[in-house]
Amino acid sequence: MTSLLEARGIELEGRLSSTNLDCPSGVMIAVIGPNGAGKTSLLRAIATIELTAGRVHICGADVSRAPPGRRMQLLAFLPATRSLIWPIKVRDVIALGLPSPDSERVDELIETLELQALAQRPVNHLSTGERSRVLLARALAARPRLLLLDEPLSNLDPYWVLKSLQILRAESEENDSAVLASVHDLNMLQAFDRAILLSGGKVVSDGSPDETLASRVLADEFRVERTSSGWRICERVRQAADQRSLP
Amino acid sequence: MKRSWPFLLSALALTAVLSLLTPFASLVELRRADPNLAWMLISQLRLPRTLLALGYGAVLGMTGAALQANFANPLASPDITGSSSGAALGAVAGAYWLGITGPLALAACGASGAALALAMLFLVSGRRSETATLLLAGVAIALAAGACTSLLLALAPSPFAFYDSFEWLMGSFVDRSLPQAIAALVPSAVGCALLARKARALDMMALGNDVAASVGYDPRRLSIEVVGLSAIAVGACVSVCGAIAFVGLIAPFAARSLTRGHPGRALLPAAAIGSILLVVADLLVRLAPAGRSIPVGVITTAIGTPLFVWIVVRMRRTVTS
Repeated sequence: MTSLLEARGIELEGRLSSTNLDCPSGVMIAVIGPNGAGKTSLLRAIATIELTAGRVHICGADVSRAPPGRRMQLLAFLPATRSLIWPIKVRDVIALGLPSPDSERVDELIETLELQALAQRPVNHLSTGERSRVLLARALAARPRLLLLDEPLSNLDPYWVLKSLQILRAESEENDSAVLASVHDLNMLQAFDRAILLSGGKVVSDGSPDETLASRVLADEFRVERTSSGWRICERVRQAADQRSLP
Repeated sequence: MKRSWPFLLSALALTAVLSLLTPFASLVELRRADPNLAWMLISQLRLPRTLLALGYGAVLGMTGAALQANFANPLASPDITGSSSGAALGAVAGAYWLGITGPLALAACGASGAALALAMLFLVSGRRSETATLLLAGVAIALAAGACTSLLLALAPSPFAFYDSFEWLMGSFVDRSLPQAIAALVPSAVGCALLARKARALDMMALGNDVAASVGYDPRRLSIEVVGLSAIAVGACVSVCGAIAFVGLIAPFAARSLTRGHPGRALLPAAAIGSILLVVADLLVRLAPAGRSIPVGVITTAIGTPLFVWIVVRMRRTVTS
């Protein structure tokens, strides 16, 4: 299978150690890890934001050398922050994700993300959840080959969590693109094809969601373990951590 | 926005013609007595005045819009960020302490002062600053620059420095020559032309630094360019016409309502609105009783202060709602 993404030796000083990553098209990958593990740093490094070392190729194109219009077709980055200051109308925010005007695509996304009632409203007057949907639409606008989404499911109600996953799956299949999304809720992992577990700025596990969920590494890193009814604090890891913290 | 351009351009042309012809009665009278003198009045006095009001207004509008987009803050403007005061300090230091008389060299002094003030603001408040941090840092820099300007004037070798500089520093277009207008407007035009090319990047910055960087714009470099170009444009105008407040705040605010909230796309309309505002303010100044002169900065401050308060109240409501 040819790789859509080829990241070699990507590094963010003090936040992400030298990392190699390959990703074929048509897959959805969850990036997981405890707070401060480097999930956002990995996504930012692939988007070549403040990249200190390494190189990123998407569909064979060197991302750091691509001009803005081409980059929009190669990748889209959705930051975790939903804070927007300027009163730009919702449909104009979506249009900012396009390299050239395309009102049909904007209309299509407004319909897909059910934003019809909000289309003419200033984005800074919307709720955080509504802004999340608008910003996801902006990320999808140019049909990028790689979607780098930082916590795309945060601030969304259950309907929009499921709907967003459905939209991402449909987009990745339709455009033969790939999705890399950082996720906090481990229950959402089943919706992805692959899970990358990070710790201390390094990839410590990379496999199927089932393997990752059952792995000892996950319990060690998150200090939680799976039970038949959900999740519980992993006493073994907690006690080991307590022991380590004793003087 | 496209529909607003004919209106803006018509208003610009109308205010420019009014500025050249007002007061009309004295011009007609002079033309009857001596047509050559009437022509000299227009070409030597009113033309530089009109060009300066148009150009300085455009500079304030465009740099205000660019600084607001850059600092992601609708209250950033050349006067509130301290760059106008910094430019005045640079120009006073050049004129009264270094003995510089050439208008272009004075413009360079003004640009250096503005650049220093903006660099300090950058260091103190950061690039995407909270409103309170930006305002406090801006006020502190403006006060410090104002105090330094007063000190330089008080200790200047010329005992008349304070009196001489009053009208200049308060903002005025009266009795400026064509070479002075050219010295202020050529660097400003270059600065503004380069700033106008940043519109798309500044619009992307509205989605955050990381989004702008992910599509290939370098936020740090863009910031340095915006601050540097604004300093050149504002500094050159302040060195000839003094500091004029609030136009850089009002014009971008009005322009964004024409560009559906886009901060980058507002650069050109903000320049047009700034020009119209400053020419109108200069026309109002001419209503002063004969023999009296009112600095144009007084008019812009009188109009701008209530609007500034209104923007702050509106921002507070948006934050609390």
